[in-house]
Amino acid sequence: MGETQKKTKILSIENLVIKFKLRGQVLTAIRDISLDLYKGESLAIVGESGSGKSVLVKSIMGLLDKNGYIDQGKILYNDNDLAHFSTEKDWLKIRGKEIAMVTQDPMTSLNPLKTIGKQIEEAVVLHQGLTGKDAYEKVLQLLRDVGIHDVEKRYKQYPHEFSGGMRQRIVIAIAIACNPKVLICDEPTTALDVTIQAQILQLLKNLQEKYLLTTIYITHDLGVVAKVADRIAVMYAGDIIEYGKTDEIFFNAKHPYTWALISSLPQLGVKGQELYSIKGTPPNLFKEIQGDAFAPRNPYALKIDFVERPPYFKLSETHFAKTWLLHPNAPTVEPPETLKKFFEEGREYANG
Amino acid sequence: MQMADREVLVEVKNLNVTFGKGKNAFEAIKDVSFEIYKGETFGLVGESGSGKTTIGRAIMRINEVTGGQILFKGKPINGKISKDWDREITQKIQMIFQDPMASLNERAKVDYIISEGLVNTKKFSNEIERQEKVRNALLQVGLLPEFASRFPHEFSGGQRQRIGIARALVMEPEFIIADEPISALDVSIRAQVLNLLSKLQHENNLTYLFIAHDLSIVRFITDRTAVIYKGNIVELAETEKLFSNPIHPYTRALMSAVPEPNPHNERSKKVEIYDPTQHNYEANPPSFVELEEGHFVLANEEEIARYRETQKMGVTS
Ligand SMILES: Nc1ncnc2c1ncn2[C@@H]1O[C@H](COP(=O)(O)OP(=O)(O)OP(=O)(O)O)[C@@H](O)[C@H]1O
Ligand SMILES: Nc1ncnc2c1ncn2[C@@H]1O[C@H](COP(=O)(O)OP(=O)(O)OP(=O)(O)O)[C@@H](O)[C@H]1O
Ligand SMILES: [Mg+2]
Ligand SMILES: [Mg+2]
Repeated sequence: MGETQKKTKILSIENLVIKFKLRGQVLTAIRDISLDLYKGESLAIVGESGSGKSVLVKSIMGLLDKNGYIDQGKILYNDNDLAHFSTEKDWLKIRGKEIAMVTQDPMTSLNPLKTIGKQIEEAVVLHQGLTGKDAYEKVLQLLRDVGIHDVEKRYKQYPHEFSGGMRQRIVIAIAIACNPKVLICDEPTTALDVTIQAQILQLLKNLQEKYLLTTIYITHDLGVVAKVADRIAVMYAGDIIEYGKTDEIFFNAKHPYTWALISSLPQLGVKGQELYSIKGTPPNLFKEIQGDAFAPRNPYALKIDFVERPPYFKLSETHFAKTWLLHPNAPTVEPPETLKKFFEEGREYANG
Repeated sequence: MQMADREVLVEVKNLNVTFGKGKNAFEAIKDVSFEIYKGETFGLVGESGSGKTTIGRAIMRINEVTGGQILFKGKPINGKISKDWDREITQKIQMIFQDPMASLNERAKVDYIISEGLVNTKKFSNEIERQEKVRNALLQVGLLPEFASRFPHEFSGGQRQRIGIARALVMEPEFIIADEPISALDVSIRAQVLNLLSKLQHENNLTYLFIAHDLSIVRFITDRTAVIYKGNIVELAETEKLFSNPIHPYTRALMSAVPEPNPHNERSKKVEIYDPTQHNYEANPPSFVELEEGHFVLANEEEIARYRETQKMGVTS
């Protein structure tokens, strides 16, 4: 996808802060995030469980839980600030039609009392203007596209009659049926075997190319990221601590959290031995975070990391990381050996 | 390894699970047999919809068994069984469910969810001990003890999945069916949970049935692996053997599609496609044969001969 900076912005998040009220306490889930999304690109968001990935994308769709709210910031899309949308009527202009989402829990976004055929058909009728036989045929086609067999029979079945991965694919079919401009996929292939996964990712890629669809993938599977992403944003404790083009993150990551994340891959482990995992627990989001949120778990942390929140340091036109280690006065720190090897091998492939 | 000498903990014999009746009957599990040894991690992999969860749920006695038998420690667990035996297996066999949200009681706080099983089986002597168990269970899976007072929908996907893991571990079971237990976790917490599972295995001789789509994890953690395709096991072997020498064309296709964390390899990769019509099973039906010690493949005579031939040629070490 090359020069992202020359592309048109389709969505802009500016200084977003999202909080949740919980029985008298306030939890800050998103801590001042800014992010641009470019038309036709595919952005992967990776990061720790609980770091705010789902909350971030749910806010773009107006799907925050009732106890959650946008405290500050803007979400700009087509001259609208979605952060100020308040009514369902506002959101219906965006949801599905402009931006569609495959949520992390497929079961919760399917209606258990309706056949899956009817559920997909509703989206086809509403967003593609098809009716009757045409709509029905379109539904069967979508089912085939996501790798479901015996489509006529499956059309008439209810969600509980499907396996976990099949349900996930139904949700993908519904999202695609909307013909959106931006498609958000929150863990779209976690429940899929590798062959179906490859098929789904290819399907999404084709749509991306054919309709210049913009996609956001949230996934823990760095193999999937390697396959689909043009750019990667890495989240930790409600913040994007590093972002860059896919190669830049895979082979030249700079934030110690990103290092730790890649080091935990089973591919870098030795069978029978412990896998590398980050020690300690993520910060308590009820409390105000001082400095770099990762500092208490970061073996490379400097004194300043505990005091002052690092700004973005620029590594290239496209690659930025929030760590004081990149300050000109900071001591030089190398990533751990196994990781250095992984980076080098990766770069060799890239050049060879 | 003398597998014949090892103690069998779970035995699945000619299992059949059929959903629906008459014209609508659907045979999700056809005729599946395998044994799980005490203390091992047995992997189950295969296509989405192939029947992995159904097998797990049959062992949990959630899905009715239409044919065949399931034995735990040599004793049947399905059909009519005594109250004591029922109570024992309810505690000793636990499952980590694939869909965390659907399997957690939405109206209950985490504290209740995690200790429900403890309460039912009276596995603690006083309130302090119960709280301590909940606290430990949360910490073990990387969650803060304060989370105990929250409701499931107030968590992220991966946090919910870990509540499901904590709930199973707190029961101190002997056998755990882990159905995609770490799919929603970032790689670091995955590593933490995998390390925890193998630590418990070493300390308490725990046994796992491990269902996962991420083959890099299956390769890392399991001792033996079975590959299932449309309700039939098509190949079963020691994990390293299976990965280094996959024989059945479906297994081969599966292996070729494993995503790698490298953008260049990943984009230039060639994936093998499995064509189930390649077998001539009408004329020459298959059986489950042991090609080499402990390595079983579903194949007919003609295929066995061919696999044996390529095996011989392929011997490198
Ligand atoms: N309704 C809610 N009430 C209170 N806290 C919430 C609520 N929803 C989410 N949170 C908290 O907000 C934080 C971010 O959650 P989010 O679901 O965005 O995480 P995530 O990055 O998607 O994680 P995962 O990878 O596990 O899905 C978490 O700490 C979570 O506990
Ligand atoms: N309650 C049910 N009624 C009817 N059919 C069912 C039921 N439960 C499962 N099935 C069917 O049985 C087959 C096997 O489903 P199962 O959930 O075991 O698959 P799986 O291997 O776990 O797949 P996945 O990897 O997608 O979770 C599927 O075709 C599914 O549609
Ligand atoms: Mg999430
Ligand atoms: Mg399943």
